Amino acid sequence: MARALINMPKTAPAGSVIEIKTLISHPMETGYRPGPDGRLRPRDIITEFVCHYDGAEIFRAELSPASAANPYLTFTTLATASGTLRFTWSGDNGFSQSQDVALTVT
Amino acid sequence: MRGPALSGVFLLLAGLAAAQEIPFPERRSGRDQMAPETRAMQADDEANPGMLWVLDGADLFARAPTPGAPACAACHEAGALRGVAARYPAWDEAEARPVDLEGRINLCRTRHQGAAPLPREGRDLLALTAYIANQSRGLPIAPPADSRLDPARATGRALFERPLGQLRFSCAGCHDAHWGRHLGAAPIPQGHPNGYPLYRLEWQGLGSLQRRLRNCLAGMRAEPFAPDSPEATALALYLMQRAAPLPVETPAVRP
Ligand code: HEC
Ligand code: HEC
Repeated sequence: MARALINMPKTAPAGSVIEIKTLISHPMETGYRPGPDGRLRPRDIITEFVCHYDGAEIFRAELSPASAANPYLTFTTLATASGTLRFTWSGDNGFSQSQDVALTVT
Repeated sequence: MRGPALSGVFLLLAGLAAAQEIPFPERRSGRDQMAPETRAMQADDEANPGMLWVLDGADLFARAPTPGAPACAACHEAGALRGVAARYPAWDEAEARPVDLEGRINLCRTRHQGAAPLPREGRDLLALTAYIANQSRGLPIAPPADSRLDPARATGRALFERPLGQLRFSCAGCHDAHWGRHLGAAPIPQGHPNGYPLYRLEWQGLGSLQRRLRNCLAGMRAEPFAPDSPEATALALYLMQRAAPLPVETPAVRP
């Protein structure tokens, strides 16, 4: 599994805006770079990131070969009810990884 | 470093008289010359990609390298290595030579874990080194007052000041005499080793001090020193002395 760092508050008052920061370890190989043998290294990137809040999609990003390695994404959402945020990254070569973080709304 | 962009500046700088070592109060970390965005990235552990390696290093530290062999953590308490990175390279009794932090970790692998040394610049060695150096973050660089290191430090200083490579250019010509100016678009830093291993945006990854030195040496059209060679360690020893007492920043971020 790739290492991912997710930073968000554990608790938030109802109706407040929370900031979520995510960072994941990934080479984001563009497919345009030659390797040591002179041949192009095959493309290997994360193509999609989605965040679900209690099953409802609240944020989605499509990533391209121009994205930097170890993609860092931040976004905000409205704290509506206590629940689980699920973060899913998917991409080339069957890459797929999900991580859950609980949020308590007070 | 981008070769063609450098050539004009090389002509300009070539043939400079020997530069003076930077006095204590004027020593500045490369961090100070970075754009505010890059500084913010370094300062925020949630945005600093180098932390991905630090966390990998923490896992490796706690795990047995092979079944039955002791983990690093079996002999070293977590946190007990705070301060170590601030004083490496250091003298190793058994080898009777100075070793850098990466070399030190590999000696523990071969001596105390019965494991093979980890390849330089490989993810595992970078991760372990970053994990240990991160524990010294904020501490001033404090080279050991060990007279056995003096000959290597003197060699390092001579290498730093001597013209090297096809362009007959010295490290001091850029980092002592011209820090604060620009080389093409890049500001010339004082060239301190206090952030390594660090995340370089140009590398899109973490790299060691030795990798950084290879970049500068290649720009000088000079033959890079093999990591763990006497020259590489000597240069690292002198760079640490020249940087004291700047704080350790590992994992730093650089453009
Ligand atoms: C069986 C015990 C043992 C294990 C396992 C071990 N070490 Fe060590 N380590 C030592 C001893 C003993 C020293 C002192 C130098 C020597 O005798 O080699 C040392 C020294 C060090 C130092 C230098 C400390 C200083 O103050 O200069 C570092 C850094 C270090 N070890 C890191 C590691 C790492 C990283 C690992 C795992 C890859 C590891 N060690 C595994 C016993 C161990
Ligand atoms: C032609 C000028 C030039 C020469 C000669 C040169 N460097 Fe550099 N060096 C730079 C520049 C410019 C950077 C900043 C990198 C960048 O942003 O591209 C740098 C970066 C560094 C850094 C990293 C500093 C940090 O904050 O991470 C170190 C260490 C360093 N150099 C050491 C050396 C050593 C040792 C030598 C001699 C072997 C050397 N340099 C020769 C221009 C030079």
